[in-house]
Amino acid sequence: MIPAVRQAITRLVARNGSPRSTVPWHERLIEIGLFACGALSVLITGGILLVLAFETFEFFKGVSLAEFLGDTRWTPLFSDKHFGIWPLVLGTLLTSAIAIAVALPFGLLSAIFLSEFATPRTRRIVKPTLELLAGVPTLVYGYFALVFVTPLLQKVVPDLAGFNALAPGIVMGFMIMPMISSLSEDALYAVSNGLREGAYALGASKLPTIFRVVIPAARSGIIAAITLAISRAIGETMVVTIAAGQQPNFTLDPRVPIETMTAYIISISKGDTPTGTLEYRTIFAVGSMLFLMTLVMNLVSHRMAKKLRYGGAGQ
Amino acid sequence: MSIAKPKAHRASSAETAPKKIDVRDLSAGFGDKTVLRSISMPIEDRRVTAIIGPSGCGKSTFIRCLNRMHELSPIARISGRVLLDDRDIYDRGVDPVLLRRRVGMVFQKPNPFPTMSIRDNVLAGLRLTASLRRSTADQVAEKALVQAALWEEVKDRLDDTGGSLSGGQQQRLCIARALAVDPEVLLMDEPCSALDPIATARIEDLLHVLRNDYTIVIVTHNMQQATRVSDRTAFFLTGDLVEMGATDDLFTSPRDPRTEDYITGKFG
Amino acid sequence: MRAPGPVDRRRGKIGERLFVALSIACVIIPLAMLGILLGKVVVDGAERIDWSFIKGFPSRRAAVAGIWPALVGSVYLICLTALLAVPIGVGAAIYLEEYGRRSRVAGFIEVNIANLAGVPSVIYGLLGLEVFVRLFGFGATVLAGACTLAILVLPIVIMASREALRTVPDSLREGAYALGATRWQTIRRVVLPFALPGILTGAILAVARALGETAPLIVVGAVVFITFSPDLHSQYTALPIQIFNWVSMPQKAFLVNAAAAIVVLMVVLLLLNSVAIVLRNRYQKRNY
Repeated sequence: MIPAVRQAITRLVARNGSPRSTVPWHERLIEIGLFACGALSVLITGGILLVLAFETFEFFKGVSLAEFLGDTRWTPLFSDKHFGIWPLVLGTLLTSAIAIAVALPFGLLSAIFLSEFATPRTRRIVKPTLELLAGVPTLVYGYFALVFVTPLLQKVVPDLAGFNALAPGIVMGFMIMPMISSLSEDALYAVSNGLREGAYALGASKLPTIFRVVIPAARSGIIAAITLAISRAIGETMVVTIAAGQQPNFTLDPRVPIETMTAYIISISKGDTPTGTLEYRTIFAVGSMLFLMTLVMNLVSHRMAKKLRYGGAGQ
Repeated sequence: MSIAKPKAHRASSAETAPKKIDVRDLSAGFGDKTVLRSISMPIEDRRVTAIIGPSGCGKSTFIRCLNRMHELSPIARISGRVLLDDRDIYDRGVDPVLLRRRVGMVFQKPNPFPTMSIRDNVLAGLRLTASLRRSTADQVAEKALVQAALWEEVKDRLDDTGGSLSGGQQQRLCIARALAVDPEVLLMDEPCSALDPIATARIEDLLHVLRNDYTIVIVTHNMQQATRVSDRTAFFLTGDLVEMGATDDLFTSPRDPRTEDYITGKFG
Repeated sequence: MRAPGPVDRRRGKIGERLFVALSIACVIIPLAMLGILLGKVVVDGAERIDWSFIKGFPSRRAAVAGIWPALVGSVYLICLTALLAVPIGVGAAIYLEEYGRRSRVAGFIEVNIANLAGVPSVIYGLLGLEVFVRLFGFGATVLAGACTLAILVLPIVIMASREALRTVPDSLREGAYALGATRWQTIRRVVLPFALPGILTGAILAVARALGETAPLIVVGAVVFITFSPDLHSQYTALPIQIFNWVSMPQKAFLVNAAAAIVVLMVVLLLLNSVAIVLRNRYQKRNY
């Protein structure tokens, strides 16, 4: 039996292109072990898809797809139950939109500064410093949004509720700004200098060169950065759970409490909803929606990043 | 199509033309490294001046000093004077950006802007400097493309991207782009070294026509090219200007032994 | 047609200077906000920190509530998470970099890891809930929490380890092969030691990330009110959970406790990240 196993192993080895025709079995075993470590990631992906699909499927035995996508009220725990996903989706989109509205200008402008104006020494100091923003736990940002930003904004914005979408949105924006800044800066920096020199040689000054030559050449990388940031904002949990409230209002008004998809999952998990019930399954249905949205954004971002690598920036 | 152009220059090129650019005592370098040592030479109006020499002799640095592109490097050093129409371009009051609209440049590696169409590439110089008038845009583009001998090949696809052209076409596009700004001087840094012989020949033919309207300075490592296209030639060696004169004279009877050695291929 | 002249250039130069000032502001303002955030937290919570706070247990009275169970829980969590995530992550990185360079299977695994890095943390919580808590029967214990966090930080460990492995020059590997070493011998004795500082840096960063995670732990059942020191088989809590609970309380006094706990958390994170940075710097110097 052992020789047969050895033969099977040898046949597998040949495809690897290894110069040796026989590999000791313990080497091969180690390779299999390492492969298993890598394959675990595939298992995890499969696990996520299976879990979400299974529970969502069970969920849709109790709630119709039409109601899920058509109703504008989300009240699974009340006696008058509604299962329309839209208040949660709107809550997520509202906070994410505010976050991007902050992160985009700050991120892009700092990227332009770092790539086109800063000295190498400045870049080396500023880039990791901006990364600090991403190193603070999101929980702390939530505290900050609730305890400092909301009261501050209440002085300026009339009728701003204690829980609202504006404060966490803004704080999230600063939190994800380094993502846009760092990735866009990489894209801008990668634009070949020959393009810039071509523009300077025509008698163009720096700003028109940046905006009409460098940024267009780097645009796939910049879009990749932005879509990644959007995905991050959609998936963010603690900032909105703490500061945006737990009321699934169907609204686009940033001054009132809302509930995001992520915050809803937390609120159910914190409580005593018994497992196996329809109410329990709602967190998976919401989770599936969340997963789909971030997946789409991640795929778009990946596509854009590929375009950057394989042709475009002035080769 | 001609590959070997006979060395019959126009009779008028034997006369010395007025100086368009007068280089006086130009020294340049990067950090502690000196690349050019005290260069003094005239560049005559509406002539083609070739700069030849082995690699590393400072040719590229030299012409980049003529349109103040050398100083774009953070460790660049320059001293001396470069007079364009009797005004020093390194004077305090001179804006390098405005200077570069009078002294254009074509690079070794063609660099059309990849996200712009052919038409937009040609007009880029005007757009970037906010001096484009919509009403005359089409004519300006056509004129520049005709001057660069590219019009016939692209007139039906002006909206294709600049990157869809061949190497030689891209370089002619860059020439058209430089000409559209209506410069007085055209600097060319080894414009044909990345191109095949046929594309090279087409650009050399182009230069014969362009020199009627523009002062051209061309850096080349190809001596035959220098003899084919230029009226005057300057020979550089490790940062010094060894010899300069009428092209025919320099190549048939060089005065300096180092020039003779280089021309006969003993080094370089 | 005349090109624009010196007057336009003067305006252009002013415009350029304004733009640079604006873009510098875009760098400074977020950092200033971070400074204000840290300042606010310290001002709110620093004075609450004393030994009784650290060794105390949660209570309905804010003034005597402490973070001890939360600290113990967090320590258990990150130790277990590191024990799970680091070997598997490094193993996966070794496979991808040393064995699977050209194969399509490796490419597929790579795509998976990149996707996993972009999955929101709550989703990992949902996965952990179904698989570790219910299916495997771990219940709402530290083990389930650690497994969940481990798969969450796995992509971080893998990516950092791959970076570290890539810095090992091929000439080293070839030297070992030329001496007759097998692939694993080469990896174990030549490649890994060389890449070790980078791998450690990645591990520390992953642990730092796990320490601050809240959402997946809530979903997996970390509880908030524990009056005993947790162990592997009991209910448990963690520092971020405790903070979250205090922040959600209506009484203002608990906000002070939350701020104090945040300070403790940030200090630990600062320590961890500093170690990682010091490691990275020493490592870079050594290579040149």
